[in-house]
Amino acid sequence: MTDLTQLGVKAIREGVAGGDFTAREVAEAFNANVAAAQDALNAFIVATPEKALEAADKVDADRAAGKPLGAMAGVPIGMKDLFATRGVQTTAASHILDHFIPEYESTVSQKLWDAGAGMLGKLNLDQFAMGSSNETSYYGNVISPWRRNDGGNAALAPGGSSGGSSAAVAARLCPAATGTDTGGSIRQPAAFTGISGIKPTYGRCSRWGIVAFASSLDQAGPMARDVTDCAIMLGAMAGFDPKDSTSLDMPVPDWAGSLNADLKGKRVGIPKEYRMDGTDAEILGLWDQGIAWLKDAGAEVVDISLPHTKYALPAYYIVAPAEASSNLARYDGVRYGLRDLPQGANLQDMYAATRAAGFGDEVKRRILIGTYVLSAGFYDAYYTQAMKVRTLIQRDFAAAFETCDVILAPTTPTASFALGEKIDDPLAMYLNDVFSVPASLAGLPAMSVPGGLNKDGLPLGLQIIGKAFDEQGVLDAGLAIEQRAGFVAQPGKWW
Amino acid sequence: MSVDRETVAKIASLARIKVDEAALDRMVPEFNNILAWVEQLGEVDTSGVEPMTAVIPQALRLRDDVIDADPLTGGGIRDKVLANAPAAEHGFFGVPKVIE
Repeated sequence: MTDLTQLGVKAIREGVAGGDFTAREVAEAFNANVAAAQDALNAFIVATPEKALEAADKVDADRAAGKPLGAMAGVPIGMKDLFATRGVQTTAASHILDHFIPEYESTVSQKLWDAGAGMLGKLNLDQFAMGSSNETSYYGNVISPWRRNDGGNAALAPGGSSGGSSAAVAARLCPAATGTDTGGSIRQPAAFTGISGIKPTYGRCSRWGIVAFASSLDQAGPMARDVTDCAIMLGAMAGFDPKDSTSLDMPVPDWAGSLNADLKGKRVGIPKEYRMDGTDAEILGLWDQGIAWLKDAGAEVVDISLPHTKYALPAYYIVAPAEASSNLARYDGVRYGLRDLPQGANLQDMYAATRAAGFGDEVKRRILIGTYVLSAGFYDAYYTQAMKVRTLIQRDFAAAFETCDVILAPTTPTASFALGEKIDDPLAMYLNDVFSVPASLAGLPAMSVPGGLNKDGLPLGLQIIGKAFDEQGVLDAGLAIEQRAGFVAQPGKWW
Repeated sequence: MSVDRETVAKIASLARIKVDEAALDRMVPEFNNILAWVEQLGEVDTSGVEPMTAVIPQALRLRDDVIDADPLTGGGIRDKVLANAPAAEHGFFGVPKVIE
């Protein structure tokens, strides 16, 4: 029998619907992979094999009863531990949310369960989704399943913040996983691990029940092995939710059913400002290759300019910490999670002690930066200026989209790096997101698809950025690249 | 602009995060590095530019004025609200004494 864990979302759904195998068999196979890899990769914070089986049994029963099956029927997935799941601990990989067991389910996860998916477990991440290497988790680093081909065993970063998601999909612990992307947290880990991931237009997926980091940037999206699987899963995650005030009140198109890799009549913009110093030569080479692939798919290539690109990252590191400092004010040791009450402490002492004990270094760093840029006397110089720059970045994209339909760029400036290499240098770590942050600031849909391996045998990703609401254009260009890149590499199993 | 130790300590206090002397030693240069880097935004001419207020322009909605229209966000769920509190007492959140 075929190894079921080699199958993706579409193949599993069709196999279950067609009776080639049962959903239970699929769930059992992935449960076994999750358990076998946990010590080596640390991709999950908690495994929930019983949840996966329960959902699978329901799908098998529905099928036997002749009931219609959902878009994700029989597909067990990993859930980033930033989504509130009723009855299952939700930590955001932090100490301060110790023992938090939500009484409610996030909208996105509920939609996935309603579509027939099951939960293999809660995936590790950077603490409160702040990080690019999954080294800020209270639950320890996630180790990438990929290794360099130099014979060394250096532990590499799976990217972040959705590092558990990327590692788990790449290592075949799950066919797909949820991610969230604030400045690149779906795309950068996808690129580092040779998988696909899409951040939809801001507002497509409800933020209700997702632990908030920077609310004007946070968006959920799928991470999976290929573009088709991403399109299917995004369709199951997206949709209007009155419980999220910025949810898009518009119909969800049939992205998967409309996929079309023929790009005749489409124009692909190549932003000259993305040719930055410090970008790996192999990544620039892959970008050129990507241009050739899209031309081959029928697209016309046009040069575009996004003049404020270099200011996107510093603007992000004002806006995101500012919003984080406000969002994370809720962790006070009163309503949920950790409480540190020193002997004789008053209420203010308790807040300060709880937050000192409960937040990791990177989270504290961002809360302090955010508090500073919002403080009296500095607000206009930092926060208002950053929001004006954000307007300019959005205008750059709007002008560019007058001459092109989608934009092609690298996802990251380098391939994955060794754990420990950048964790002591916040600015070097932040630069990981230099190509992904501009689309986040403008709320645009953007995805990463694998393009090839570098000389060290590590995956590199290409990024496609689309117009607001045009996930279809992004997915179509992604599919055109996928068909031409023929990326089938998997990490050799060492765990 | 560079900030001093006292400023970082004040910010930490505003953010209700207790920091010890050793942590302050570490944080002051880090803080200044990040600030120096974000200050390049000052180069950008933003005269006449409005700060962004909505990523995707949309109108704020009003919900129907119906009690518990959505049970997930409605009332009458005191026990659920308190279920994760570190110190729930008599149907309330328990905190250290705030009035002498």
